[in-house]
Amino acid sequence: MAKIKGSIVINIDRCKGCEVCMVTCPTGTIAMAKEVNKQGYYYAFPAHPDLCIGCASCAIVCPDGVITVYKTKI
Amino acid sequence: MEKELRLMKGNEAIAEAAIRAGADGYFGYPITPQSEILEYLMEANPMNTTGMVVLQAESELAAINMVYGGAACGKRVMTSSSSPGISLKQEGITYIAGAELPCLIVNVVRGGPGLGTIQPAQSDYFQAVKGGGHGDYHLIVLAPASVQEMADFVDLSFELAFKYRNPVMILSDGAIGQMMEKVWLSPQKERSKVAPDWATTGKPTTRKHNIITSLELDPNVQEAFNEKLVRKYNKIREEEVRFEEFQCEDAEYLLVAYGTSARVCQKSVQLARQQGIKVGLLRPITLFPFPYKKIGALAGRVKGMLSVEMSAGQMVEDVLLSVNGKVPVFHFGRMGGIVTTPEEVVENLKSKFLKG
Amino acid sequence: MAEVTGIKEYIKPENLVYTRTKLMTENVLHYCPGCGHSTAHRILAEVIDEEGLQSETIGVCPVGCSVFLYNYIDVDVQEAAHGRAPAVATAVKRLMPDKFVFTYQGDGDLAAIGTAETIHSCNRGENILIIFINNGIYGMTGGQMAPTTLEGMKTATCPYGRDVKLMGYPLKITEIVATLPGTYYVTRQSVHTPANVRKTKKAIKKAVQYQKLNKGTCFIEIVSNCPSGWKMTPVQANKWMEENMFAKYPLGDIKTPVE
Repeated sequence: MAKIKGSIVINIDRCKGCEVCMVTCPTGTIAMAKEVNKQGYYYAFPAHPDLCIGCASCAIVCPDGVITVYKTKI
Repeated sequence: MEKELRLMKGNEAIAEAAIRAGADGYFGYPITPQSEILEYLMEANPMNTTGMVVLQAESELAAINMVYGGAACGKRVMTSSSSPGISLKQEGITYIAGAELPCLIVNVVRGGPGLGTIQPAQSDYFQAVKGGGHGDYHLIVLAPASVQEMADFVDLSFELAFKYRNPVMILSDGAIGQMMEKVWLSPQKERSKVAPDWATTGKPTTRKHNIITSLELDPNVQEAFNEKLVRKYNKIREEEVRFEEFQCEDAEYLLVAYGTSARVCQKSVQLARQQGIKVGLLRPITLFPFPYKKIGALAGRVKGMLSVEMSAGQMVEDVLLSVNGKVPVFHFGRMGGIVTTPEEVVENLKSKFLKG
Repeated sequence: MAEVTGIKEYIKPENLVYTRTKLMTENVLHYCPGCGHSTAHRILAEVIDEEGLQSETIGVCPVGCSVFLYNYIDVDVQEAAHGRAPAVATAVKRLMPDKFVFTYQGDGDLAAIGTAETIHSCNRGENILIIFINNGIYGMTGGQMAPTTLEGMKTATCPYGRDVKLMGYPLKITEIVATLPGTYYVTRQSVHTPANVRKTKKAIKKAVQYQKLNKGTCFIEIVSNCPSGWKMTPVQANKWMEENMFAKYPLGDIKTPVE
């Protein structure tokens, strides 16, 4: 059976660490980094990239539009 | 096409001239003594002929902000009101000046302060010439003294407004607004089909997006903008001063008056000369820029000046600045909606300069 | 650009499902972390892009947090005086009837100082889209009471909570404009979850179509958050908004076209 797999790219310079993407992600892919970006925010990153299904929920709610989403069937 | 002769009220002449000048939009709100402008335009219904938009707004505030919106699209737009309404418009006027938008604002002045009277006055000089709203800015201010000038200054206002990207005010009064005279009307001009390159008309791929704003948080950038405005106002001071001289050549005393008061003072000049007093009249046509240099030059030739205004004495301050102490300068004027008589002016001149 | 990525082998142009619209400029939004303004800007820009309206759009932005909208959306924009955006947009649309004209206003701008302009533009049925961001507070000036501040809610100017006997009641202006014959489509949405973002985007798309058909005023309220003004984290703010704001300002269509 084909599986849906996804991948996200987060522009960490623009991320403000609001955590909205993290709580929105249905698979728990995203976590907040332990270090800050150049704006001083703990930025979001794909802590568990293998869980990503490319649903784009994170990108759709991200206020700052920092997330790009890719999706494929394997 | 030839000019057309009509008998009209000053307010009607402005309205008709606006249509003929190819104005794109008028946004107004009723207030005495200028409601005929909106009424005339509604009746003429130029949407069906030239395509000009005419709209009665819910307030003077809304009307001037409609002017802001239209002007920001590069359109030839205008509003009109009378003193209390012009006070309400000051918010929009300073934003228009701050965003460097061209437009025409007509003030058919009535007496104040407050609700005041509906009779003519010239007590909005300071407001028109010295700022009115907040911030460092100037309007170009034209003062018509006849129904003919009410009509002629509409086209001139749009020309100056677009030349300098600056709001222009026609500072009239209830007497000129309401009186009927013959007026030669210019032929119909076509509305402009081209927008200036700064206008918000929808961003094509060929240019950056246009932004119309008066906001700048960086003090250095804001100061640079203020300096740019100063340069513009100085250019206007150099190039746009307009005035009319009446029997100034041999005058020993000079009356300085604009608008309705200038009409009265023409007669005063004649009356005084019948009594052997050599009086002349200098009529500023532009109140900003004010004819400082001309009045300063005349100060070297006359014994004194009388600034005649239907106010407690406003323009007299600019006459004093022009004269700079060379000769005595006095103010005379009636208030409360009373138009000065020619005889009163002569008597006042005599009492100030020729006593004993 | 510093970035972190998921599994690299899936990152191929043909697999792209979502990226920031090119109608958003490169400027970093000045809004606080988690602010709904940023999301609302982005989906408005997405609609303008997807509908091919960049060259046809003239926006009017307010005084308030979104005063700088023009820095972020790559369309022609006029910045209006406080509360006057609907009057400004009225003239823009009447003089440029073929353009897509929108205003974007906050609650203080639209429902306090600009109430007259809002009501009368809607009552004339001006053929414009009004986007109204309601977060119950004045964000830009530091969290003062807004006309839409909830009863009992604390702000800088009602530090003991909004006492409706002294300060009046939360103003449901969206319900008011829905009663006016000039409005064609009035809806209340939010942008805090993917489903809500999609609904709001759909509403904006509808409004674009209605404007093309000269149907009258379309009015979209977006109930939003103000994490800084509410003194909460963005995630807490969204939860508080669901529990409190939506109770007073329930989501959904308020006036839909009668076909």
